[in-house]
Amino acid sequence: MDILYSIFIDPFVQMVDAPDLLIQTLWEGLVSGVLYALIALGFVLIFKASGVFNFAQGIMVVFAALTLVGLFEIGVPALLALVLTVGVMYVLAVGVERVMLRPLVNQPDIILFMATFGLTYFLIGLGELVFGGNPKSMITQELYLPTGSVDFELLGGFVSLQKLDIAAALIASIMVAGLAVFFQKTRIGRALRAVADSHKAALSVGISLNQIWVIVWFTAGVVALTTGIMWGARSDVSFALQIVGLKALPVLILGGFTSVPGAIVGGLIIGVGEKLGEFYWGPLVGGGIESWLAYFIALVFLLFRPQGLFGDKIIERI
Amino acid sequence: MFKTYQAIALSAVIASASIFAIERAQAQDEIYVPLFTYRTGPFSGSGIPIANGLHDYLAMLNERDGGIGGVRLRIEECETSYDAKKGVECYEAVKAKKPVIVNPWSTGTTLSLIPRASVDKVPVLSMAYGLSASADGETFPWIFNPPNTYWDGMSSILNYIGEQEGGLENLKDKKIGYVYLDAGFGKEPIPLLESLSKEIGFDLKLYPVPADNMQNQSSQWLSIRRDKPDYVVLFGWGALNPTAIKEAVKINYPRDKLISIWWPGEDDVRSAGPQAKGIKALNWHAVGADFPAIEDIRKHVVDAGKSKTDKAKVGEVLYNRGLYNSLLIAEAIANAQKITGKKVVDGEDVRRGLESIDLTPERLKELGLEGFAEPLKLTCKDHNGHKATFVQEWDGDKWVRITDPIDPLRDRVKPLLESAAKEYAEKNSGWPKRTEACDSPA
Repeated sequence: MDILYSIFIDPFVQMVDAPDLLIQTLWEGLVSGVLYALIALGFVLIFKASGVFNFAQGIMVVFAALTLVGLFEIGVPALLALVLTVGVMYVLAVGVERVMLRPLVNQPDIILFMATFGLTYFLIGLGELVFGGNPKSMITQELYLPTGSVDFELLGGFVSLQKLDIAAALIASIMVAGLAVFFQKTRIGRALRAVADSHKAALSVGISLNQIWVIVWFTAGVVALTTGIMWGARSDVSFALQIVGLKALPVLILGGFTSVPGAIVGGLIIGVGEKLGEFYWGPLVGGGIESWLAYFIALVFLLFRPQGLFGDKIIERI
Repeated sequence: MFKTYQAIALSAVIASASIFAIERAQAQDEIYVPLFTYRTGPFSGSGIPIANGLHDYLAMLNERDGGIGGVRLRIEECETSYDAKKGVECYEAVKAKKPVIVNPWSTGTTLSLIPRASVDKVPVLSMAYGLSASADGETFPWIFNPPNTYWDGMSSILNYIGEQEGGLENLKDKKIGYVYLDAGFGKEPIPLLESLSKEIGFDLKLYPVPADNMQNQSSQWLSIRRDKPDYVVLFGWGALNPTAIKEAVKINYPRDKLISIWWPGEDDVRSAGPQAKGIKALNWHAVGADFPAIEDIRKHVVDAGKSKTDKAKVGEVLYNRGLYNSLLIAEAIANAQKITGKKVVDGEDVRRGLESIDLTPERLKELGLEGFAEPLKLTCKDHNGHKATFVQEWDGDKWVRITDPIDPLRDRVKPLLESAAKEYAEKNSGWPKRTEACDSPA
């Protein structure tokens, strides 16, 4: 009986007793969720355009953040370093298209997937060779990102919002909205969706596959850079950030691999769900449940919608 | 044409045979010391300075003295990425080359190697990490974990907290939080904490951080905000440490109530910014480069371009930690040479050398490390020393020692360690009884 009380009653009593902590937990979950959504977005972009699950998205986050900080450390002004890093991500996109994707056109998806494994290890090696393995501090203030917190009393307690988290949520939201408009309203966006539907049909109407691939990999690179800056500012810039990339997996399972809104909603559900779960129910099993809870939430959704919340329902003639 | 191919093939065979013969001859005149390191992966922030300290001290001995006892050390790194599976692969890869000692630098890897060490006759040095119970040399003759076990470290922290509260008994009804990496390393002191929590009467709160959430600890620190522990003890590694410190700053947890085991490096704390001032950590050796042995490292290794370290990092806490580890390796080899009269010693000899370690103040001075650490004596029975530690505080720029030596709660820890060693042997059926020779029974 005690167990049932601990699971079904006590957490809600705690929520009512300390609403400030509930709001704080929801806020932390939302911020994490927005950042998960950003990572997931990088995966979705590439999956939509080429049907490839880009295993290298996590290391692209690290590589972009390391490039930015590395350039700053050798004396390049922060904003110029930011521009140059965007340039590096463009060069990477062109390189990936020329060296990896173009020779593998029309190969089975699994071959392309394995190629992204190769890209992951190449970027790890290159990153360590150029920047070393030491953790670095993100140049938060130099990039004019706010620091400190906004604290206010609320419902008999207090809530503390980190200015950096507010900025992260805003930037991520603007970026997500911008990308959504880009895909829905622009010619390139429509071309990209055409490529996602059928490579052959897209080619037959004059869409350049190579150009589209460069654009999506570059966009995924910019998303990776944004993610790297935000996560790096919250902890540090190191190869451990790569692990954060894996957090996108349950988000993608939940939201669907092809849906931009799915990545956003999925990110928010996972972010809020894992924080609430860890905070209110984690102590019942000794804590540390966040890492598997995200997958559990995603699997529960899959039972009802196997294609994910916003994923396309695949109907094949047999 | 056919004769030309034959000549080329014959030359290749002769050349290969010659190289093999030279390598074999060299191997016979060398002492093979593999170093399991991690310069890559999520834990490289902690692994790199340690790897540099480990390497540079041994390399200095090669450059300055021609090795140990006139025999050069063959130093070889094996990259583990702090992955226990890769650590075991490294062990299997180096085993055939007859290592005289292995340093897993991972509690997970150490736990996997404990049953193999006695079979393969390779001593395992898990310096201040690994299985705490392996301090018992009677049960674990091939495992060494000086100068402190994690249980010693944890009890030293409790001892320090007790001092702050006017006595250990005053910890009754206090709340102590434990933030730890949810892996072998972080879980290691939990049995001790649970036992002491019952005995002393403090309320223990556990906050595990899964490895894939090291950079996303807001749930754990929100729980700390809710539970309001009087003190928080941190057992972190790699990216866990800087993130934990940032989160502590974020929830405005009193920095002087946050005490870490001995693993945070300068970079971990520095990245949290000026607000990290006041964070405390245990340590047992000096920080800084003002020692003749370290001057020699600079001269013979770092300035000579034979090190991978950044010059400014020489003398930082984790660099010196790696150095201390290599000091123990070198001392064990030198002891083994003295005991056996052999120049080129093997794993069995070095095991005896480890049991004979006696780092007196005079010996430390002779080694160019006067005052670097407390004296250390190991015996056949005691593979640890259970030494005192001290608390150092981050002053915003560097670690500063703020206490006299703090003893672990030896009376409380010793029986628990003995019982844990006994339990380990009982659980692993057929665990061998010690038959190894003993050169230092006292």
